[in-house]
Amino acid sequence: MTLVRSNDPERRRAALADPVARYERMYEIRRFEDRVNDLFARGAIHGTTHLCAGQEALDVSLALELRPTDTVSATYRGHGIALALGMTVHSVLAEIMGKADGCTGGVGGSMHLSDPDVGLLPTFAIVGAGLPVAAGAALAYQTRGEDHVAVCVFGDGAANIGAFHEALNLAAVWKLPVVFVCDNNVYAEYSRIDLTTPLSDLHRRAGSYDIPGVPVDGMDVTATRAVLAEAVARARAGEGPTLVEAKTYRFAGHSRADQATYRPAGELERWRERDPLTLARAELLAAGAASEDDLTALEKAVGEDLDAVADAVAALPDPEPAAMFRNVWAAA
Amino acid sequence: MARMRVRQAIAAALADAMREDGSVLLFGEDVAAAEGPFKTSEGLLAEFGPLRVRDTPISEMGFVGAAVGAAAVGMRPVVEIMFMEFLGVALDQLVTEAAKFRYLSNGRVSVPLVVRASIGSGLGFGTQHSQTLENWLTATPGLKVAVPSDAQTAYGLLRAAIRDPDPVAILEPRALYAERGECVTGEEGIVPLGTARVVREGDAVTVVALGQTVRAAVSAAERLGTGVEVIDLSTLVPWDRDTVLASVARTGRLVVVEESPSSGGWGSEVVSAVTAAAFRALQAPPFRITAPDVPVPYNRGLEARFSPSVDEVEYQLKTYLDTGEVPDPWWRREGVAA
Repeated sequence: MTLVRSNDPERRRAALADPVARYERMYEIRRFEDRVNDLFARGAIHGTTHLCAGQEALDVSLALELRPTDTVSATYRGHGIALALGMTVHSVLAEIMGKADGCTGGVGGSMHLSDPDVGLLPTFAIVGAGLPVAAGAALAYQTRGEDHVAVCVFGDGAANIGAFHEALNLAAVWKLPVVFVCDNNVYAEYSRIDLTTPLSDLHRRAGSYDIPGVPVDGMDVTATRAVLAEAVARARAGEGPTLVEAKTYRFAGHSRADQATYRPAGELERWRERDPLTLARAELLAAGAASEDDLTALEKAVGEDLDAVADAVAALPDPEPAAMFRNVWAAA
Repeated sequence: MARMRVRQAIAAALADAMREDGSVLLFGEDVAAAEGPFKTSEGLLAEFGPLRVRDTPISEMGFVGAAVGAAAVGMRPVVEIMFMEFLGVALDQLVTEAAKFRYLSNGRVSVPLVVRASIGSGLGFGTQHSQTLENWLTATPGLKVAVPSDAQTAYGLLRAAIRDPDPVAILEPRALYAERGECVTGEEGIVPLGTARVVREGDAVTVVALGQTVRAAVSAAERLGTGVEVIDLSTLVPWDRDTVLASVARTGRLVVVEESPSSGGWGSEVVSAVTAAAFRALQAPPFRITAPDVPVPYNRGLEARFSPSVDEVEYQLKTYLDTGEVPDPWWRREGVAA
């Protein structure tokens, strides 16, 4: 059985210590997004979705370097992070399909995933809003003298909203245990970075706040993991925040409504040559951690298990009307 | 019971809450070393130290957001917004993040956060520092909103808000900070959120007031003699329908006194709800005494006329009780505006 079918977030998370399991998770995320895309196209998913294909290396690296007691704030492009952190395929897909069994009981949807057991705060559908919130979680850890770390993953577009600057300033001046991870996938919604931002190396903005700013090849899971490990260790040791910029590429459009016709010819193809799955797969083979046959068999099994979970989720009941009235306030 | 100023009651509430619960934090602009621009945090830095009482940069979106994050992982932060207008740049964090985390986590993430903001006219701070703006917040499921009117409610509502598991905005009329009043501290001094208070009893008309309009309503009622029942609503979300409806059932008349501009004010909600629930009990049309639909003017005389004055409330109540009709506000009576 693959990890896809595991209903144990702790086991799913812990398995990432194994390099083959890391690849399995990246592959699972890719297949998951393909499946979401397909379900949306067939009208089985309501509203919209924001797919993260191309960004799997960052998601898995992050999960590997954090403890479940750390806090992650992430964006509406959060399916991959949720799965990487250990949330089950069942829980995430059920939420995206609006089912009662979803992680927020079907009232959240694709943009609002959460699970305190893996450290994931409700994902943020407002660009940049998660940065100050992560700083605040870090503030709590600092105040209590704990060595937990808060991480915020945000896109390049978020680097232009006030919250980015306010959060970096606050975290720097208070030396908070927080890691700001910019997933620079080149596009802020529909707009290329060079149309909206005067610099393409966003990690340089760390200089304004006198904190380390570190770029990394976000398509390479091993490189990304190493940079995150250092930033997380720095935070845990009380040495303050880091701005990490993972250079990635969004293979899909901004959302399901976006066919990304604004991309220059050849750009997607060039980035696809450095697909994080291709790179991770080649690394496993080169290291002798798995054979071609092993990986092909694993991929087949992940695909089949994902199909089985997806079919089971599709058959689940919708929430009762009373569900919308729950959790507006704490129960009296 | 002790006699204290409203700002001292707020500092006392913060100190008592911080002594009782190590997870209570205070941060905001100039709240620590300077002890608050309105002196509402006197003595707190000295007693609780710089980890729990922090001066922030001027970045409301940043520090309100930080309060959301700290609350989401188990602290009970209180953030101070120096002037309510400054909350405008942080509304996302309060309305769209803090007030939604419980809903978006299947009830698993609580945000026990308190935002205190100073509000209101009367001190000559000009248009951009004198608004009440409670209607920015009252239509936000997941957020509670309370407004103190004196030292006791300043102490008691804040204590209740800090203990509350949900985000609460406490909007403090800054014209009242220096006012003195009797204040019971400790457990007995806590004023539960969602409870209105009958400040003065009467059987001819129910007057619902809030914040600094409570003073105007009580003074007008005293001039008019018996008959005027004044209710301090205290909490706007959730508001105490039972107390208001029980009063209207006795008096048969309802008048709401609001400091805000007329359009979109909270009193519309009260009038609408009471009309629907107690139409047959009403002996005259319910109405609202409000500020005009204008920005708060600076000139002392103009500013004094903006918020319903004792004279205005007295006139309107007397006319209403005498005739059973809804009187015109001063700007129509005097022909200065429609």
